This record gives sequence, C-alpha cells and structure tokens, in this order.
Amino acid sequence: MSETEVKTNPQGDPITSVAVPKSDGKKDPHGEAKRQKVVTPEYMFLEAPRTKEFITGSEAAKEAVRRSNVDLAIAYPITPQSETMQLVGVLYGEGYVKEYYRGEEEVGVMAAIAGGSRAGVRCYTATAGPGTLRGLEGIASWPGHRLPVVAMFTCRVVNAPLAIQPDNIEVSYLLNCGMIVFHAENQQDMFDFTMTGFTISEKNDVTLPVGVCCDGFFVTHARGYVRMQDRGIKLPPREAWRGAVPVLDAENPPARLSRDAPVQKSNFMAYNIHAVWQQEVWAAVERSRKYINKYMGGLLTAENAEGAEAIIIASGSAAAQSREAVRLCKDKGLNVGLIKVRSLRPFPTKELRELCKNTKLIVVPEFNYVGWLAKEVATAVYGYSKAKIIGGPRVYGGQSMPVELIVDEVESGLTGKKSTNVAMSQVMGGAVSHDEVAQFMRSI
Amino acid sequence: MSLDYVKFSNGFEKFMPKEYRDMVEHGPFGKKVTVSQMGNFKEVLEEHPMCAGCAMTLFIRLAMIAFPNPEDTITVGTAGCGRLAISQAAIPFVYGNYGDQNGVASGLSRGLRLRFGDKPKDVVVMAGDGGTADIGFQQVLHSWFRKERFTTIMLDNEVYGNTGGQESGMTNRGAVLKMAPLGKKFEKMDMLQMAKVAGCAYVATVVPNNPRRVESVIKKAVLIAREVGSTYIQAYTSCNIEYAIPTDKVMEDAKAVENDRYQFTEYVSEEAKQYLTERYGYKEFLAKPAAPAAAIPGKA
Repeated sequence: MSETEVKTNPQGDPITSVAVPKSDGKKDPHGEAKRQKVVTPEYMFLEAPRTKEFITGSEAAKEAVRRSNVDLAIAYPITPQSETMQLVGVLYGEGYVKEYYRGEEEVGVMAAIAGGSRAGVRCYTATAGPGTLRGLEGIASWPGHRLPVVAMFTCRVVNAPLAIQPDNIEVSYLLNCGMIVFHAENQQDMFDFTMTGFTISEKNDVTLPVGVCCDGFFVTHARGYVRMQDRGIKLPPREAWRGAVPVLDAENPPARLSRDAPVQKSNFMAYNIHAVWQQEVWAAVERSRKYINKYMGGLLTAENAEGAEAIIIASGSAAAQSREAVRLCKDKGLNVGLIKVRSLRPFPTKELRELCKNTKLIVVPEFNYVGWLAKEVATAVYGYSKAKIIGGPRVYGGQSMPVELIVDEVESGLTGKKSTNVAMSQVMGGAVSHDEVAQFMRSI
Repeated sequence: MSLDYVKFSNGFEKFMPKEYRDMVEHGPFGKKVTVSQMGNFKEVLEEHPMCAGCAMTLFIRLAMIAFPNPEDTITVGTAGCGRLAISQAAIPFVYGNYGDQNGVASGLSRGLRLRFGDKPKDVVVMAGDGGTADIGFQQVLHSWFRKERFTTIMLDNEVYGNTGGQESGMTNRGAVLKMAPLGKKFEKMDMLQMAKVAGCAYVATVVPNNPRRVESVIKKAVLIAREVGSTYIQAYTSCNIEYAIPTDKVMEDAKAVENDRYQFTEYVSEEAKQYLTERYGYKEFLAKPAAPAAAIPGKA
C-alpha cells in the first residue's frame, strides 16, 4: 500500500483495522495464537524480557488481553472505551480470545460476565462512566458471588449534563463494592494492571473481581511507551477448581449448592449470613495485598517522599501531572515528593502512614469534584501525621489539570499564603487553623 | 451419550455427600425417570417452602423430573416465588440480580461449552412472568435474538406473587391487583409471538395438570437448546393466594384457564424437528405419508 493510500483519522494517525485478518486459505488465522506458550505468572511479570512499543491505552489493554489467556470477552460500546473492546474483538478473530460477542447493554453484559465466571472461564469486559453506573448492580454483586473477573473502567463524566470527557467520579462508586480496584496512570499501567489483575483475582484466598480504572482519553486515546513481554507467551489458563467457592458446572458435589440461600432462613439467619459474608469479602480484599506486592511491586510507588517537606499524593492521570509539578517545585527550590497510589482497594493505609509521618504538607490533586482520594488519604493518615492536607486542586467535567495549579497549592500550603483554587473546607489536618475555617464557613 | 459416568469409583462412595449418593442410588442421576414413576424414586426437588396448593411448585417438580440430564443441569432464576423452590433442588441454581437471568445464562452456557465441549451441560432458566416479561425483558429478547443455546421457562402466575400481588405485564386486562387499582389497562403481553419473532427454535404453552405433556415439552425444549438454539416454554402456574383460588380448586382452575387462554400450543422450527428426529429418534415430526391424489376429488 502506498503512503497516500493509508487511511488516517483527522489527527493523522493510521486507522486501526478491526476486521479479522483475511485468510488466504493456506495460513491458519489462529496459527499464531495456537503457538503461544504458557508461562508462570512469576516468569511473566518478574523475569520475561520486554520490548518497548509506542501505543495507546486501548492498544495496551488489547496486548494485555492477548497475553492473558482470556476465554470470554463481552463488548458493548461507550466512549471512550469502545476502541478497547473492538480491539479485543480482533483478538477473538485471531483466536487469542475463545469467545466474544457484543452484548445488549451493560446490565446484560455484567450479567453474562457473571455467568461466564460462574462457568469457570476467564472473563474480561470494559465500560465507562454511565455504562459503569448502568452495570453497577451487577458489578457490585460480583464480589458477593466471589467471581474472578477483570473489568476495565475508562473513566468519563457521569451525566448530566451530557459530556464524554474524562472525570473519574465513577471510581468513588466502585470503591464500596468489595472488589479490588487499581488506578492506572498511563498505558504501561493499563498493560501491567490488566494482566496482574487476572492472576490476583483468581488466587484461591482472593477469588474476587478486579477493576482496572484509568482516566478516559488521557490514557485510552493517547500514546505512551509500553514495555511488553513477547506476544508468543501467555498466562496459565484459569483453573476453575482453585476458586474459594465452587463454580457452577455441576462437577462438584454437594449438589444442593444454593439450598441454604440466606433468604430461605429466618431473618436472624439472613442478617447473620449476609454480615459474615461481607466480612469475608472484605477480608479477601485484604488478603490480595501480598499478591499486589509480589506481582506489581506494591500498592503505591513513592518518589522522593523520604524527608520531603511536602508530598503530593495522586492516582491515575493526576499522578502524571503531579510528577511534572514536582519537577517545577524542584526548580523553585522546594523539596517535594510524590506518592502514586496504584491500588485503591485494598488501600495502602500502612504505607501512607509510614511515608507521611514527618511531612508538613500533603496535596491531593484529583480529576473529580468530590475528592474521593483526599478523603481516603485523610482517613488513612489521621493520627499518624501532623501534615496539613489540601484536598485539591480538583478539575472535573473533562477539564485538564494545569501543573501550575498543583504547584500553587504546594507553595501556598508551605508558605501559608491563601490559595484561591481550593476551598477552605477542603483543607484538613493537624496544621489547619480552625478559626480560619470557621471564618470561611461563616462568610460563604 | 452414556449415563455410565455418574458412578462412584470403587471405594469412594462413602466420601461423597449423602445427598449426592441418594441422587445416584435412589434418584434420577445417571438413569432415566418419568413422571409416571413419581413416588418411586427420590426427586431432585423434595422440600420447599411454597404455599399449600401452589401450582407453580407442582410444575417445577414435574419440570425437574423431565430434565433429560439432571446431573449435568444448572438452573438460573431471579427474584420471585419460583426460586424459593428451585433453590431447594439437588441441582445447582444461580440466583443473580433482578431480571438478569437470561444474561447470566448466556455467559454461563457459553462458558460451559468452552470447558466441556460436546458433553451436555444443560442450562435452564426458570423465572416468573415479572422476571421474564418485565424486568428481564430486554435480556430475554436479546438472548433469543442471539440464538443463545439454553431453555427459558416462564412460570406465569400473571402477578407479582412474591412481593404481594402487583400487576405484571402478563396480567390479564381488567384484573384488579395492587398497582392496578382500576384494573389493568392493557392486554397480557404476547410473549409467545415475541419468542417466535425473535427466532426461538421451540415455543410451547403448557399447564401443570397434564404431567406427561409437561414432561414432553420440557424434554424437547432442553434437547433442542443443546444445539439448535433458544427454546421457550410458557407455563400457567396460578397463584392461588393472590387470585383467591381455593386450594382444592387449583387444578380445576388450571383446566379452566387451559380451555380459556392457555390451550396447548407448540411451535417447532424445521431445523429443530429434523434434529429431534435424527438425533433423538422422535417420530412425531416425520412426514406423514402423502394421501393418494384420488382422495381429494376435484383437486389437480
């Protein structure tokens, strides 16, 4: 094909084909997939050599699925997720994914994913914003049913008014489901978290769904360098018998699997069983920490946090902006560290208490209005740090976050100069003047 | 297919749960039973918390006897009275979320096919009229359009029984129920027609007062769903509480309703007919011998 024939989008990027590669009758279209070799998760994540490619977040998710031995993927379009699941469709055409279809909408998709996981196969889906909330009844029931699944959430605005731009408000809903929740900063995280997600979700003492969140467009549609293992290797298949609860394949006696459903018993038993079950789900979330440490290298990463005057704590795209803010602060002679939270559930409480014990200031920039991460951070370090905590700056509705906004908060936080970007009510912690907050509250 | 695999390896019998052993030794696992043998074998559904005189329970019991492969069957349901009995059976039962049964069954049956290939793992959805025609409507219809290979059975009592007697889409026009204080203002939904339009390979109506017919339609529906496509059975399973039917008149009511709006109907696609005939030896769909031309005088 000559250069002029290459179809491009308005940005000049080549358009990714989603058609199944044509067979010439001689070459097996599934040949490459059939030749993939199974390797252990330890080799895959910790030892396998990697090569670097410059790809979008959607392509990174596709490449992760290619190497994850996925059985069943169910797609439903919503911006900015659609590219991901249509690329997974290409993998189905190539034989890397065994079963795939376009579902009716998210309630149906999340139900079918639950059915597939109950059948004992490895399942993958992705959605965004309104789709996440539409599917939330199903998603929120996956942990209670103890269903290993990996779902990707390419966060966007939740209506109304209508917008399709990045805003990660939907993460706040996912945090209380009892599932494991990772937040990817970039394309590399998308790739790594998706693959490790499958491995962690299927561990016997975990047996829970994993949600991999990223900020839509910033990660899904932008390119970044991703270091990937050879596409000729893949994770071991799901071993259905390993789960904490039997899969529904009628291969496991006892046969009367559901005869003791809580609702059949007295109210006291129903309360009691449900209560104990919730405790067990959240205990399983806790037990995933060791696997996150092993396969992902920790629930957070810290850069220059030791001995820093101020620490910026962020997750997702806010972490990328914060890294640049740290550089600008250094130019101004400020000693600022960065903590990137990768796992929101389980939350790195112990790690944050240790890293934040001596700092004077914590700044938590976020891509949402409600500041769910600031609340998590304040709860975690309460009583363990005297730092003033600035719950901001925050952008939402699709705004980008100029790094200067973050630098302003660090400077004003350290100097005591009043900030115009963060409401006094969003400032927390031991060093806060309660008189000033009271004055602020009276004057609004 | 041989049923021989449901046998205990020598020496391992005692390690199997008693209930499972009972199902193999005295129940239907690994052998064929029929409704006419009821009372002579241990049924998969023995205990239930349903109301006295509940026709739905009788239907569920008959349906489970009719399952061609109970030891390898998984049932899927949703909120409603039915699941209180279905979940007590010696067959794994999925109770997911409200109205998601056909979505769950789609993923479940596809997943089981990936793992077990041609070994039949029958998936049967049993949900009420509200679960099927109202809250689950979209997933039901789409599973049919996708030709998902499992059976959907509607337990149609024409009311939301479990929540205390509210109007459903399958309630008859004019019926005064909770949430329909002036009587239902539109017709009973024609799910049978919708099933045909959506491409189901088998569609049947049935009432529980004819056990052999229940057995016959369930067997056909489950067998066809293994390979041909979606199958749908709509069963009238009255709610004697909400419709105030005296316990001893439940079967009389079923007979009356059968004569009124629930006459036996059966639609079998040509592909399904051929499949049942060739694969399972059904004779009823074989072409009738052509009548001699002379028998129709005046016709060319």
